[in-house]
Amino acid sequence: MTDLALRRTSYDRDRLLRLLQEYGVYAGVAVLILANIAFTPHFLSAENFRTQAVQVAPVLIVALGMALAIGSEGVDLSVGSVMALSTSLVSLYLGYGVWIALITAVIGGIVVGVANGSLIAFIGVQPIVATLALMVAGRGVALVLLPQLKDIHDPGMASLGSGDVLGIPYLVLIAAALALVVAFTVRRTTFGRQLLAIGDSRPAAQLAGLPVRRVLILVYVCSGVLAAFAGVLASARLQASDPTSLGSLMELSAITAVVVGGTPLSGGRIRIGGTVAGAVLIQLLTATLIKHDLPPSWTQIAQAVVIVLAVYAARERGKR
Amino acid sequence: MTAVQTIGTGRSTGGDEPAGPTRGERISALAQQHGALVTLVVAVIAASLSFGTFLTTDNLGNMAVSSAFLAVVALGMTFVIITGGIDLSVGSLFALGGVLGAWGSRYGTLVALLLPLAVCGLIGLVNGLLIARARLAPFIVTLASLLAARGILLAITHEGATTYLVDDTSFFAHLGQDKLLGVGVPVWITVALFVLGAVVLRRSRFGQYVYAVGGNEDAAALMGAPVARTKTAVYALSGVCAGLAGALNAAWLVSGVTILGSGMELEAISAVVIGGTLLTGGFGFISGSLVGVLLLKVIQNVINQIGSLDSAYQQVVSGAFLAAVVIAQTWLGRRRRML
Repeated sequence: MTDLALRRTSYDRDRLLRLLQEYGVYAGVAVLILANIAFTPHFLSAENFRTQAVQVAPVLIVALGMALAIGSEGVDLSVGSVMALSTSLVSLYLGYGVWIALITAVIGGIVVGVANGSLIAFIGVQPIVATLALMVAGRGVALVLLPQLKDIHDPGMASLGSGDVLGIPYLVLIAAALALVVAFTVRRTTFGRQLLAIGDSRPAAQLAGLPVRRVLILVYVCSGVLAAFAGVLASARLQASDPTSLGSLMELSAITAVVVGGTPLSGGRIRIGGTVAGAVLIQLLTATLIKHDLPPSWTQIAQAVVIVLAVYAARERGKR
Repeated sequence: MTAVQTIGTGRSTGGDEPAGPTRGERISALAQQHGALVTLVVAVIAASLSFGTFLTTDNLGNMAVSSAFLAVVALGMTFVIITGGIDLSVGSLFALGGVLGAWGSRYGTLVALLLPLAVCGLIGLVNGLLIARARLAPFIVTLASLLAARGILLAITHEGATTYLVDDTSFFAHLGQDKLLGVGVPVWITVALFVLGAVVLRRSRFGQYVYAVGGNEDAAALMGAPVARTKTAVYALSGVCAGLAGALNAAWLVSGVTILGSGMELEAISAVVIGGTLLTGGFGFISGSLVGVLLLKVIQNVINQIGSLDSAYQQVVSGAFLAAVVIAQTWLGRRRRML
C-alpha cells in the first residue's frame, strides 16, 4: 500500500506544482485585486482602473514581442532602445502627419529587428549579446536624432494618447487587440508552430527542414515592431518625446512579465494569457505598494522576489 | 595559458587529430587572443597622431583611473563568463558598494571597505546559490538582484534624496585620490588585483575548475570538480569585485553617487567579450578583459575629444564595435571548429 500511496502523493504534488505554475499568475492577480478592494480606498473606481490599464498597455505590448523572442529560446534586450528610437522618429516626422510618423517609427523597429535577427540567425551570435549590441547602439542613435526631451503638440497624437471608445482608452484597446493577434499567431499559424519548434530544439527544427533563419529574423522583427508601437503610444500618452529615459529598463519589465506569466526561458512554449496577467500583476504590485505609501525602492525589491519565485516554480516543472 | 590551450584545442579538434594545431588554426587562435590588443595599439597610435592632447599625462591619468573601476568589475565578470554564466547585477552592486562605502567612511576606512565587500559579496553569494544549487537561469537570477540591489540602494539613501559624502581628509579619500609614482592609487590596486586574478585563474585548482565547469559541466562533475561550489564562488567573487569597485569609486569622487552604475553590466560584459572570452564558457583570459576595458575607454576618450560629437555617438560606436567584435569572434570560432 505504501508504494501506491507514495506514488499517489508525488503525483498529487506534481499536479499541484503544475497548476501553481500554470495558473499561479492569475491567482496572484486575483489576490492583489481582492487585497486592494479590502484595504485600498477608492480602488474600485473607473478612474483608477483606467489609470492602471493605460499604464500597463505599453509594457504589455513590449512583453508580447518579448514572449515571441523567449519562445524561440532567445531574448530581446534592445526593446527599450527601440522605444527610444521610435519616440525620436515620431518627433522628427510628426510634421508630415501622424501616419507618416507612425510608419517611420515602425520602419525603425523593423530595421533593428532585422539587424538583431541577422546577427542571431546568420552569424550565430547569442541573442543576449546580439541584442545587447543593438541596445547600446540603438539608444545612441535615438539620442543623435533627438538630443533632448521635446514636447509633442499634435491633435492626432493627443487623441491617440488620451482618447477613448465607450470609456475604454485607445491605448488599452490597441494593447488588447495586439495581444489577441499575437495569441492567434502563436496558436494557429505556421509561423507560430515553426517558432515553437525552433525554440524547442533548433537542431531538430533544422533537420526537419524548417526555414529556421527566416523564422528567427521574423521573430525579432515582430519584437522590434511591437516595441516601436509601444514607443509611439508611450509618447502619445506623455505628449512628449524623451529618448533619454523612455523605455529604460523596459527590457527587464517585459522579461519579468513573460517569465512570471509562465513562459519558460528554455523556449518552445509561449503563454500569451499568462504574459498579459504577468504585466498586470507587476503593475498592480507597484501601484499597491505606492498607494500604501511604501517607497519605490520596495517595489523593486518586491519585483525581484516575484521573479525569483516565478522562476523557481517553473524550475520544478522543467526538471521533469 | 596551458589550461586554456588544452581546453581550446581539445574542444576544437577530434580525438585522433595529429599533434599540433594547423597553421590556419594557429592564426585564428592568435587573432582571437590578441585581436583586441592589436586594435588597442592601432587605436592608441591613431588617437595620439590625431590629437595632441591624447598622450598628455593628465589625459592618460584620468583615463587610467576611470578605467580602473570598470576593470575591477570586468575582472569578476570574466570568471563568471568563463563558467558559462552571466552577471547582470554588477552595475547595481557597483552603485550600492559606492553608497555603502561613502556611508561607512564615517566609521573609518576599514568599515568603508569591508561593508561594501560584505554586502555585495553576500548578494553575489545568494546569486550563486540560486544558480548553482536551485539551478535557476543566471540571466534571470542576476536580473532579479539587479532590481533588488537598486531597491536596497534607494532604501538606504531615502529614495535617492540623500548623498553620503566622504570626509576628504580621511584615509579612505586618500586611497581614492592619491597618486603613487604619478599614477592614481586605484590604478595600482586594479593592477594588483588583475595579477592576482590571472594567477588564480591560471595556476590554482579553483581556476582549473572554473574552466572545466564552463567547458563541459557534466564532464567536470564526472572528473570530480565541485561544480556547484565553483559556480557559487564565481558569483560571490563577482559581487565582491563590483562592491570593491564601487567603494573605490566613492573614495575617488568623495561621495556615494546613487545614479552611477546603470548600464555598467553591459560595459563590463562588452569588455570581457571584446577581450576574447567566449560567452559560451570554457575559454577566456583575464588580460583580455583589461585590454577590452582600455579599448572601450580609448574609444570614449577619442569621441569626447572630437568636440562636435557628443556622448550619444559613444553609444553608437560602442554598440557597433561590440557587434563587429562578436561577429569576428563567432566567425573565428566557427573556423576553429571546422579545422
